[in-house]
Amino acid sequence: MTAHTATVDPVSRPSFLSTLQAFGMLPILILLGLVFQFFSGLQQTGSVATAFTDGRFVSLQNLSIVAAQASINTVLAAGMTFVILTGGIDLSVGSILAASAMLGLIVSLLPNYSFLGFETCLFTGLVLGLTNGALVAFLRLPPFIVTLGSLTAVRGLARLFSSDRTVFNPALGFAFIGNQAFHGIPLLTVIAFTVIVVSWFILKRTVLGVRIYALGGNSDAARLAGIKVPLVLMFVYGMSGLLAGLGGAMSAARLFAANGVQLGQSYELDAIAAVILGGTSFVGGTGSIWGTLVGALIIAVLTNGLILTGVSDIWQYIIKGLVIIGAVALDRYRLAKTARS
Amino acid sequence: MKILSPKDQSTMQPEENAISSGKRIILEMRNVSKTYGSARALQAVSLNIQEGEIHSLTGENGAGKSTLMKILAGAVTPDPGSEIWAYGRQVTISRPQDAAALGISIIYQELSLCPNLSVAENIYLGRELNRGGIANRSQMVAETRDVLTRLGSSINALAAVSSLSLSERQLVEIARAVHHNSRILIMDEPTTTLSERETEMLFALMQQLRREGIAIIYISHRMNEVYQLSDRVSVLRDGEYIGTLDRNQINPDTIVRMMVGRELSTFYKKAHETREPQPVIFSVRNMSDGKRVTGCSFEVHRGEVLGIAGLVGAGRTELARIIYGADRRTSGMIEISGNRAEIHSPTDAIQSGILYLTEDRKRLGLFLEMSVSQNINLGVVGQDARLGGFLNLSKARQRATASVKQLSIRTSSVNSVVGGLSGGNQQKALLARLLELQPRVLFLDEPTRGIDIGAKSDIYRVIDRMAKEHVAVIVISSELPELVGICDRVLVMREGKIAGEVGDAPGMTPLTQENIIAIATAAFSHSP
Repeated sequence: MTAHTATVDPVSRPSFLSTLQAFGMLPILILLGLVFQFFSGLQQTGSVATAFTDGRFVSLQNLSIVAAQASINTVLAAGMTFVILTGGIDLSVGSILAASAMLGLIVSLLPNYSFLGFETCLFTGLVLGLTNGALVAFLRLPPFIVTLGSLTAVRGLARLFSSDRTVFNPALGFAFIGNQAFHGIPLLTVIAFTVIVVSWFILKRTVLGVRIYALGGNSDAARLAGIKVPLVLMFVYGMSGLLAGLGGAMSAARLFAANGVQLGQSYELDAIAAVILGGTSFVGGTGSIWGTLVGALIIAVLTNGLILTGVSDIWQYIIKGLVIIGAVALDRYRLAKTARS
Repeated sequence: MKILSPKDQSTMQPEENAISSGKRIILEMRNVSKTYGSARALQAVSLNIQEGEIHSLTGENGAGKSTLMKILAGAVTPDPGSEIWAYGRQVTISRPQDAAALGISIIYQELSLCPNLSVAENIYLGRELNRGGIANRSQMVAETRDVLTRLGSSINALAAVSSLSLSERQLVEIARAVHHNSRILIMDEPTTTLSERETEMLFALMQQLRREGIAIIYISHRMNEVYQLSDRVSVLRDGEYIGTLDRNQINPDTIVRMMVGRELSTFYKKAHETREPQPVIFSVRNMSDGKRVTGCSFEVHRGEVLGIAGLVGAGRTELARIIYGADRRTSGMIEISGNRAEIHSPTDAIQSGILYLTEDRKRLGLFLEMSVSQNINLGVVGQDARLGGFLNLSKARQRATASVKQLSIRTSSVNSVVGGLSGGNQQKALLARLLELQPRVLFLDEPTRGIDIGAKSDIYRVIDRMAKEHVAVIVISSELPELVGICDRVLVMREGKIAGEVGDAPGMTPLTQENIIAIATAAFSHSP
């Protein structure tokens, strides 16, 4: 019996594998950085020889801009990671972000309650997320349909709250989170990184985390094991909503304003792209939050680098899309190879 | 106490003799009934389970075994008036958690593990050790190692379940049950996906659990396992309790008679003529896929049923799939009735008359949400269609009705959803699809896996008829009595090669289970 059932194979240890998966896209991120460093230098001086040293991409200032640009998407993508790990999807995060930012700004303009602006953002996001969760968990509706519906409906709410106008508050109480830095690091970046660490802790160190993975891996088994599946679903959609609300606060803080039509438009797609770039399985069960961070950074680096190298807006779209597809294809190829060897 | 219809009296056995063995009864079902609408799934079934016994529960599909087990597992609520007693007191099992609290665990036929999680995480799934919600991983891993060692396994507690073999996954499920102090284990067809060797290991483990006082309710269609293992055997038929046999009363004829009311001797058909040398109607040469199959050559004679035996992983399914064009081959030549057939895809194979019945009917065979008729007609809708693509619905209905009748598919209508049928009837519907395509070569991969005796008998009838109609029938099976019973000749595969051949014809190694096992396992006896 012993000889046959032995599977003592250190390589197949889950901790090692998940590390491998998490950093699977890191080489691509670094490669992209080097490419943009080279081309921005080339564009600057026209000299191949000095392109690397003249490049403007790798500078403390630019990298901190990239990190700040990535921060809101990172926060949304962290919430999306929870949802996708259970095998679900949340298409409504962009709209929730807009509605949360809108309500937060409106409350911050109220004379007596202006200090509650930030909390309003979080609360709005949480409530909307839990609503998604309740529809998925208790009415057993498909997540795609539920969140496709709220994508539209919540966008409408955002416009309704503001009577379809841009809300502006130059004296926004929590604006410091969008514009100040902590020891030179933008607060937006600090928030995003904190969200990633907290998410990692929940996913990898708590009972709830194991249950999220279990649900994505085999929902029937999870149910049979006595896991309260609806509560797990409420948590992941609630978390996604809450983080979208946080994203709303971050946007409002940076812009001092919110517009119901434009704010957060198609942010859900960048968040989903970051999660998938990060190696999380679209059917749930496998993936890691560090991968999501790398995915979000790839998207930010692409955006920033393409602007830096002077690529036109139209081509930015095309290149971004192709890089996402190419990166994931490369990752699949690499994983298939490791699985075979 | 129990209601017996007159037809059952002849087969009724005294169940009270259980008491004489002196073991404590830990679970008792009294007058358990279950009706779905007007359909009666269980009718006043009474049954007791003793500690430290292996109690087999047999009966055809639809006899009520699964319903009874679902009641014990808390997945189905019995009708009022039904009583369940555990450890001497009456209990109510209305949720899976209630069953767990009573120490009742089911090892599911469709394994209920999360493949993406580790062994330790699966063992503690739903009851993770934690301090304020923070998982205590080191303790869970340590205790998982303890329980695995106790069960004599060296599976790595940190390994992902997806990296384990099916038998190892099953062991993890058993370990999970044992670790959470289950006193009653229900095993539903646990050996269907195991090789002979893995089955032996499972049986050894079951004996160990029995010695530890755990009661095992064992459900299997494989009669030889039931004879080999059981302390007692209980039989259900059409939702009624027929009787319980003690160890010394267990014999194949009695059990089959109790199950279906007919004799075993007529069960396997092998009426086709094979004594005279017949021309070769199908041959393959040097089939390889570069991985699991190496240089396999064989031929099928007219009127012959050829079996392919071997352990799980020996390359039997892989061989069939490369012949069928479902997977790429690196070498090989196929001839049908002396003519070379160029097959590079299933489409080519079907056009040449080669058909393959998959071993995994639910995943690779049937469209479970579609109707019986749609499933049967799937292969022929194209050729039946009118005016370039309009479905010929009357022809489809005609074909489906004829198939249902010919294969005795039990369904309320040809328009019923195929997923709602029993396993045996699903299998017959899938076989009907292949038969509609007029096969010349028919590969049947585990054609009777997990199906009841009645459906098996129907499928053997089809195999026999196909052989008589000069179709080359090739049966891949892990059930040795089946291969011996229906095949004229059996190839034994081992590590991707054809390692030997046994057959009925004079001069061949005799076609017996022992000879097949000897050839199939030779590789293991040489390895260190």
